[in-house]
Amino acid sequence: MNYSSLIIAVLILLGGAYLLGRNRARAIASQGMRLHSLPTHYGALMALWTGLPPLLLLLIWGLAEAPVIDHLLIAQLPEAIQQGSSSDIQLAISKVHNLAIGSGISAAPELEPAVRHLIELQERTLLLHSGMVLSLALLGIALTWRRIKADMRARTEVESIVRRLLFASSGVAVLTTLGILASVLYEAWQFFGKVSPFEFLFGTTWSPQVALRADQSGSSGSFGAVPLFAGTLLISLIAMFIAVPVGLMAAIYLSEYATPTIRQYAKPALEILAGIPTVVYGFFAALTVAPVIRELGESMGLTVSSESALAAGLVMGIMIIPFVSSLSDDVINAVPQSLRDGSYGLGATKSETVKEVVIPAALPGIVGAIMLAVSRAIGETMIVAMAAGLAANLTANPLDSVTTVTVQIVTLLVGDQEFDSPKTLAAFALGLVLFLVTLALNFVALKVVQKYREQYD
Amino acid sequence: MTNTSLSTREKVEKSMVRRRAAEKRFRTYGMASVLFGLLCLVGLFGDIINKGASAFRQTVIQTEILIDADFLGINKKADDQEIRNADFEGLIKQHFKAMVQPQGRGERRQLYSMISAGAAWQLQEAVIADPSLLGKKLSVNLIADDDVDQWFKHDRGTELHNNRMSETQVKWLEQWIDQDMLKTQFNTLFFVNGDSREPELAGIRGAITGTFLTLLVTFLLSFPIGVAAAIYLEEFAPRNKITEFVEININNLAAVPSITFGLLGLAIFINIFGVARSTPLVGGLVLTLMTLPTIIISGRAAIKAVPPSIREAAFGLGASKMQVVFHHVLPLALPGMLTGTIIGMAQALGETAPLLMIGMVAFVVDVPGFINDPSTVLPVQIFLWSDSPERAFMERTSGAIMVLLGFLVTMNTAAVMLRRRLERRW
Repeated sequence: MNYSSLIIAVLILLGGAYLLGRNRARAIASQGMRLHSLPTHYGALMALWTGLPPLLLLLIWGLAEAPVIDHLLIAQLPEAIQQGSSSDIQLAISKVHNLAIGSGISAAPELEPAVRHLIELQERTLLLHSGMVLSLALLGIALTWRRIKADMRARTEVESIVRRLLFASSGVAVLTTLGILASVLYEAWQFFGKVSPFEFLFGTTWSPQVALRADQSGSSGSFGAVPLFAGTLLISLIAMFIAVPVGLMAAIYLSEYATPTIRQYAKPALEILAGIPTVVYGFFAALTVAPVIRELGESMGLTVSSESALAAGLVMGIMIIPFVSSLSDDVINAVPQSLRDGSYGLGATKSETVKEVVIPAALPGIVGAIMLAVSRAIGETMIVAMAAGLAANLTANPLDSVTTVTVQIVTLLVGDQEFDSPKTLAAFALGLVLFLVTLALNFVALKVVQKYREQYD
Repeated sequence: MTNTSLSTREKVEKSMVRRRAAEKRFRTYGMASVLFGLLCLVGLFGDIINKGASAFRQTVIQTEILIDADFLGINKKADDQEIRNADFEGLIKQHFKAMVQPQGRGERRQLYSMISAGAAWQLQEAVIADPSLLGKKLSVNLIADDDVDQWFKHDRGTELHNNRMSETQVKWLEQWIDQDMLKTQFNTLFFVNGDSREPELAGIRGAITGTFLTLLVTFLLSFPIGVAAAIYLEEFAPRNKITEFVEININNLAAVPSITFGLLGLAIFINIFGVARSTPLVGGLVLTLMTLPTIIISGRAAIKAVPPSIREAAFGLGASKMQVVFHHVLPLALPGMLTGTIIGMAQALGETAPLLMIGMVAFVVDVPGFINDPSTVLPVQIFLWSDSPERAFMERTSGAIMVLLGFLVTMNTAAVMLRRRLERRW
């Protein structure tokens, strides 16, 4: 049985178990005995013991099957391949898989034993895990059936299982963080085994094209990431140059000056900007803004790259306006009215109050909002992938083409990869830097915003 | 001390001119900022609609063509396979050759290139649906090639026309227009076809199905896990270091760049656990991890909004903690949680970057049938098309963006309506 039908079978058994448990409890109760819990609790308990262990097994099995089978297959490969590099082994394994499902690859006699072994393994594991899953479910029914008695504390047990399930769910977020860290750290560690971290962090040439074959002459690839960091910084800077003044002034206008009606419509309208998919911004930047900037620049006698940093930065700035404005709006609204009243009482005008009292009082929160926006700009991928170039120029000229960390991650990882080439691993090293930088920014920003909120609560 | 001739009052009054001007300036800056934001919004939408509206119309060549059974070498009893093998392309070529009589090979090639490769398929399907058409004259709207389509919709009568069309081709086209043969019709293929290398045959059905399957996986995983996590953190979690750590984690994950989730998906789901690449399954897994923080955060807010009196009343009637939560708090918080989930799903719908890492950029022609078929999603399709050199693809990209934005608007409106209708004020 395949996964979907197994899951359905388990779910049917689970439903049956619920009814069975409930009816058994009712039968006990009808004999005049006082149950500890409601009959539905007995049903729920039986359902939990019927469903959970098999589904858990199925999950673990599903995750472990592919790596285990591949590991077993390696032993069946010809000596020559086993001695070879890990990419050769990977290639042979995927060939074996293709041969086993009979997709049109010309037969390779030397792989024949492995293919036969694979087909046999697949048949055997299918039988084995279907059998195990179903018998585990039936075992759950049988054991719980025997345990159901009048004085059994079914509710307590159900509740403690559910509580654990809830706890496990909240742990998924932690596992995700760990997963991200583990994946980028592990691959980055391998990368730094081939390229020194010093060269990566401080080198100024980035050309990740490694020779495809070992005997090929030509570029060996150089992995100095400074141009990428500089490009990321340049584009983010342009974006913040748009987003911070516009976002901040919009927030001030909406919270201090606008009538409730204007606020009611303008605020959600601005927030639409944050909801538009980034791929749409990317398209807009690459096909509308970039040509306009190019023509404008050329009419002024400047040379503008058709993938200028300015176009990507401008559009990214537009995207970030609502992040700055709605977060700043929150913190400006949190400034107590009494501070404003005090300022008006001293004869200050509205704008003077805003500039001299409200903004300084809200400053930590605004800084936090800007940091969150910077982290958003650094991590933004699609706009730069579509509108910024691939050329790793080390320049501060916004009309030139630059590349960013995220663009390089995308270009290095899209398409087929070999997992032991420094080219692929470099993407993970870049990912590590990106993750750490944004994590630090977010962490500090969230702390600042939180602390600030408490101050006036 | 002061040897100025002005009193304080006069000084203040004099400065008021400047101060009022500053006040006015400041206010104008604010208004200009809001207007700038709104203008960008309008500009963006206007630009997309301006570019993409024509994607929903397709140029066709209306003609009456003889389904010549002898030329095709099939008879009325032919089965579907025989009809599929018949040379409909040759039939169409012959038909147009007889119509415009091109001189020499060059002109013939130019003529044939004006009709889409999909035209033969159109005839073939018509004959399969109704084999009695064989030997009869059939009036059909044959799909024109994308260059003809672009010329007819945009370039005709403008200066920059024949950069793709030769003068001979333009001459034939003008003739056809005079005979009322060239028209545009609603572009059905755009909605029923999968991706294609030919712009006039490329459609978004594959991408929409892929998006639907991916979001289905995302919803099935992220909604239960997100709700459970929100319940735990809000109702059960003890106030200690571990809980605080989990909370910080969730808040940070909500702000981590989406591309890092792609790295996780590639390194862990694909490379370690061997989940198949390019499938809605792995896409859904990655998007689940990405949307979970949003769902958890909004879920917690919804639970927090349920007043303590409800809980106390339930406790007073002897309910256990679990019963209080599942029988009383959860039903009241559910509308708010659903709203948050829809917003999270809308985010997942527009997400592109992490899906690029896990192979959803593959060129997939077939419409995926299940969560383990190779597929792509709408935003990635937009990314792929925007990279294509053909001009017709630019139009289609904008058309696909309009469809994507349409979905997003629908989802967000649904969220707002749900909130208005179901959320209670305590």
